[in-house]
Amino acid sequence: MTNYENKVVYDVRDLNLWYGNDQALKNINLKINKNEVTAIIGPSGCGKSTFIKTLNRMIENIPSVRTTGQILYHGLNIFDKSIKVEELRTRVGMVFQKPNPFPKSIYENVLYGPKIHGIKDKNVLQEVLETSLKSAALWDEVKDRLHDNAYGLSGGQQQRLCIARCLAVQPDVILMDEPTSALDPIATAKIEELIDSLKSDYSISIVTHSMQQAGRISDKTAFFLMGDLIEFDQTEVIFSNPRDKRTEDYITGRFG
Amino acid sequence: MEKDMNVRSLIRDNISKRKNSIDKLMPKFFFLMASVSIITTIGIVMTLITDAIKFFEKVSFAQFFSADLAPLNANNPTFGILPLITGTVLSSLIAMMVAIPVGLTAAMYLSEFATEGTRRVIKPIMEVLAGIPTIVYGFFAYSFVTPLLMELIPSLEAKNVLSPGIVMGIMIIPMVASLSEDAMNAVPNAMREGAYGLGSTKLEVTIKVVLPAAISGIMASFVLAISRAIGETMIVAIASGSSKNLTFDITKSMQTMTGYIVEFTSGDAGSGTTGYYSLYAVGLLLFIFTLVMNLIAQYISRKYREEY
Ligand SMILES: Nc1ncnc2c1ncn2[C@@H]1O[C@H](COP(=O)(O)OP(=O)(O)O)[C@@H](O)[C@H]1O
Ligand SMILES: [Mg+2]
Repeated sequence: MTNYENKVVYDVRDLNLWYGNDQALKNINLKINKNEVTAIIGPSGCGKSTFIKTLNRMIENIPSVRTTGQILYHGLNIFDKSIKVEELRTRVGMVFQKPNPFPKSIYENVLYGPKIHGIKDKNVLQEVLETSLKSAALWDEVKDRLHDNAYGLSGGQQQRLCIARCLAVQPDVILMDEPTSALDPIATAKIEELIDSLKSDYSISIVTHSMQQAGRISDKTAFFLMGDLIEFDQTEVIFSNPRDKRTEDYITGRFG
Repeated sequence: MEKDMNVRSLIRDNISKRKNSIDKLMPKFFFLMASVSIITTIGIVMTLITDAIKFFEKVSFAQFFSADLAPLNANNPTFGILPLITGTVLSSLIAMMVAIPVGLTAAMYLSEFATEGTRRVIKPIMEVLAGIPTIVYGFFAYSFVTPLLMELIPSLEAKNVLSPGIVMGIMIIPMVASLSEDAMNAVPNAMREGAYGLGSTKLEVTIKVVLPAAISGIMASFVLAISRAIGETMIVAIASGSSKNLTFDITKSMQTMTGYIVEFTSGDAGSGTTGYYSLYAVGLLLFIFTLVMNLIAQYISRKYREEY
């Protein structure tokens, strides 16, 4: 995993995925660019989560899953035998639908990643802690209670903590699966603001069921339907001038 | 519409006609049945206490908590309980040193590493292990484990506390494994995904995330297991003998509190003798031991319950 200056971070080629005999992704081709926010939209059950979990091979935790095709990450196929899945996941962080901090302190949550990957230097850890929490726009709210249990935080704060936890291993890509669907509008707005500020340093791929959210925060939008990638384009194009009738129907709320 | 109206009025009729007596009586009956276990427990504790009091009218506390145990001495019987406590504590400790590491590792394997198929094979086998009568374990300790250990430790006595301790541990493994596995299974998958997403290996997820998150249930399983070991009777009665000397040498014979009670109830301690009442004093102490353990287990699982 070498060339980080590539404009293309992910190049997905002819990706197919099955759960047992049920095909959940059908011949997906798309490119994810550096420092862009890519939104993935589509009705529920269309394969959004499946797709995003394939990008860091999290999907392989489900034993029945089988894939064909390639996903090139900075030019290297992530399914290649030489790729260590643990290493891939430190480069490609993930934020989940429901905030899932560990039942530990805020401090331990943020530093979990650096610690398991062997960073012991107290000064380095302190530095990582502070920058991660600051980047996640959480520092000011928690700096006086770093050793309190993470479950004492509000839902929105917990989700920003999960983002900080992900930033602490300094990833290159952040995958987010409906990160605001369990949050209230104010917490949602904060996360959206945060995504916008993270864009300059990270490439972000976000699943969302909210068209407005996709419109507000993304540069590119991919529309999935029943395992097919129907359309993938600049977000303005998708929303103002979609090429496919099905995209238009979905955008205008005629189904889904 | 006509039909609907009919059903409605029929229901209304039936409700107004319904006899309420059964609805009122059944809960009372259920309560009575539930009370049976409580009443029995109270009855047992009362018996223990009243007869233990009679014991302490004859024997001082100072003697009871001493190391002199010679209940069969015709001229001057003594009832010091320290040798019994040592026997109980040491055999339970040995049991835990076997049951905790093996049980916990088995639980980690079953909960985090085993495939669904493997789990479905191993779990019932463990349950069978838990269902073996303890007398069989006692026999196993005496006639198999002790001779085996003698090969390693030539000075081992034929009756000793080490062998039944190990076998009790083996007996308790399924309990520790099963309860700990339940606790680990209860940890939400979202927590594991969070850790995998940061590049953790399966081992790191198990040890650094699942284990700490399940710690309350795991600790509770340990304490319940200790309490089981303390109360275990048959294995120690058979394999650890009835030596009443105070010693800390696990290669020697020791008597446990339960072993003492077995010896005296099967012997001829006549009703009304001090020896007879001593059974109740020892029984009461044993009851207090296990009660305290169970309370600790409850306290731990409540206090350290992880919120997630
Ligand atoms: N663990 C699984 N086992 C079998 N089928 C699954 C599993 N997870 C998802 N699916 C199926 O794959 C399809 C896509 O699911 P998913 O990716 O979760 O959709 P989305 O996130 O767009 O709602 C659905 O038909 C779903 O039923
Ligand atoms: Mg989903």
